[in-house]
Amino acid sequence: MKKLLLGAVAALALCGSAYADTIKIGVVGPFSGPFAIQGKNFKAGIDAYMALNGSKIGDDDIEIVYRDVPQADPAQSKALAQELVVKEGVQYLAGFYFTPDAMAVTPLLKQANVPLVVMNAATSAIVTKSPLIVRTSFTTWQTSAPMAKVAKERGVKKVITVVSDYGPGVDAENAFKTTFTAEGGEVVDSIRMPLSTNDFSPIMQRVKDSGADALFAFLPSGPTTLGFVKAYNDNGLKSAGVQFLAPGDLTQESDLPALGASAEGLLTTFHYAVSHDSAENKKFVEAAQKAIGTPAELSFPSVGAYDGMHVIYKMIEATGGKQDAQKAVDAVKGLAWESPRGPVSIDPESRHMTQNIYLREVAKADDGTYYNKEIVTFEKQGDPGLAAAK
Amino acid sequence: MQTVFSVGTDALAYGMVLFVISIGLSVTMGLMRVVNLAHGAFAMIGGYIASYAAQTLGFGYAAAILIAVVGTIIIAIPVERFLYRRIYGAPELTQVLMTIGITFCVIGIANYVFGPTLKTIPLPDTLRGPVDLGFRSIAAHKLFAIACGVVVAGGLWFLIEKTPFGVKLRASVDNAAMAASLGVRTKIVYAVSFAVAVGLAAFGGIVGAELLPIEPYYALRYMVTFLVVVSVGGAGSIPGALLACLVLGGIDTTGRYLLPEYGEFFFYLAVIAIVCTFPRGLLGRKK
Repeated sequence: MKKLLLGAVAALALCGSAYADTIKIGVVGPFSGPFAIQGKNFKAGIDAYMALNGSKIGDDDIEIVYRDVPQADPAQSKALAQELVVKEGVQYLAGFYFTPDAMAVTPLLKQANVPLVVMNAATSAIVTKSPLIVRTSFTTWQTSAPMAKVAKERGVKKVITVVSDYGPGVDAENAFKTTFTAEGGEVVDSIRMPLSTNDFSPIMQRVKDSGADALFAFLPSGPTTLGFVKAYNDNGLKSAGVQFLAPGDLTQESDLPALGASAEGLLTTFHYAVSHDSAENKKFVEAAQKAIGTPAELSFPSVGAYDGMHVIYKMIEATGGKQDAQKAVDAVKGLAWESPRGPVSIDPESRHMTQNIYLREVAKADDGTYYNKEIVTFEKQGDPGLAAAK
Repeated sequence: MQTVFSVGTDALAYGMVLFVISIGLSVTMGLMRVVNLAHGAFAMIGGYIASYAAQTLGFGYAAAILIAVVGTIIIAIPVERFLYRRIYGAPELTQVLMTIGITFCVIGIANYVFGPTLKTIPLPDTLRGPVDLGFRSIAAHKLFAIACGVVVAGGLWFLIEKTPFGVKLRASVDNAAMAASLGVRTKIVYAVSFAVAVGLAAFGGIVGAELLPIEPYYALRYMVTFLVVVSVGGAGSIPGALLACLVLGGIDTTGRYLLPEYGEFFFYLAVIAIVCTFPRGLLGRKK
């Protein structure tokens, strides 16, 4: 009997010490396929955060479980999220590069008692789908609307918008149009091009024929951007003085070496430039470049992931490692901190990031490489997209 | 009127770029009867080698093209010897499976070696920037692409129709056993034609790189377009491929100028119409 009791006590003691558990975070993103570079950036941001802040909170170990969705695929995204919750027992879901992938997961959150930290997907409406969503990236509305103000200030009267015909493209078009018209400008024409467009010369001809002073463009970052910017130069629009305005997706850092001189002088508005001048950012860039391996591949999704990790760490601290999604989300409402991109906070109402948006110009550095040079700051921008949707 | 000319030149340039890239596929599919879905992969290899030679090693544009074409052919020789030689005359499904597999391998290797970012091939100063044609300015590299298309079309036509090698090739394709018994070394003929087709793919990949940038998914991204050109033109027909490129380039460019929101609707509508009317392609060879 005594032995048994002793055994029981020993077992309990063992259990107690084993109670410092492992908290798992499930990250879904494109880690292979055509968008692998964006997934790589997620991973670099997460690794950088854990390298700088440790992989332990109190006694609990933090473990990241990655799942790969190579292209926008809501069904697969949902299935993987479910697997993460049920089989892996993750307490937090994070990542999500594409809007449809994030949307597909939202119905699971409440029942699973898991908060979702969106590290990229940029459609305004995502945060309205569940009270358990926090977003640490940006929205296309948020980054596009300030460009309309820039255009107005620079004396542009007539603009033609040219966007890829898919969700974020249409978002960018609406954001720019609404803001620019409100500022008293005129949008003379709006062109939506199919995503598979390779030859942009006819589009540039349309731009020329429209007589606009400036062109507002949105395309997904990657191969098409290169063709588009080249067509802008080759068809003589640059020399004709038609200004090129776009959100920063078009001049993301990993595309700049390829764009090279043809991108010089392009104006974009965005929430983060790798060149951002602050101590926080220096620390981040150093760690993230080490994590990603090839420094030139570092681009904006990494900072969304880095800040996403910050939010999750705060959530874990607030809940003491216990699974309570609502308490975790409530704990970060209104949370403000200094991110590599500048001062940011989580808007308690929308649970989206309030942050500075910067006007940047593509400039040549002393070593001959190109970078996004921040020239104007629009402070504390919320998401105008949610208001517009109401 | 000016706009009409303008769109016309764009259409011509786009069509010619398509032609230079697709003609190699027309040779493998039409003359060698191999459904080569790895064609885009070879074009991509050419692009990567040219980009590496020009950017990292600092060669000039012309030298980079030469190195890339020769390099791609050197890579292709063992592939032909050990993989393609097994599928000559095999059912289409076997060929499709084999070549799509090769494509995925090439994508994976390119992604691993060169990374997922875009690669460019720096143009020489003479091809950079716009050229004034009087009624509009056009990118100099587009004029270069048009010239390349004309040269490639003429050269290939001469090779296949007018030279002893062309005679042997056509004989081996039509009846390999009979050609072999008459002393044609069919294996070598096939190997050489395959090398020519791959070389053309690489050349097209480089010349077209300004429109279709080099990145790992190049190999799949544009494959449908190449296949469409070959089937519309008639596999193996050089004038057919040229005609198809000009017609499709024209329809695509005009459609995109007038009604961009309809996307590639007109392109594929034309493809359906042409394939329904000419099931063997515009100038396809009868069996």
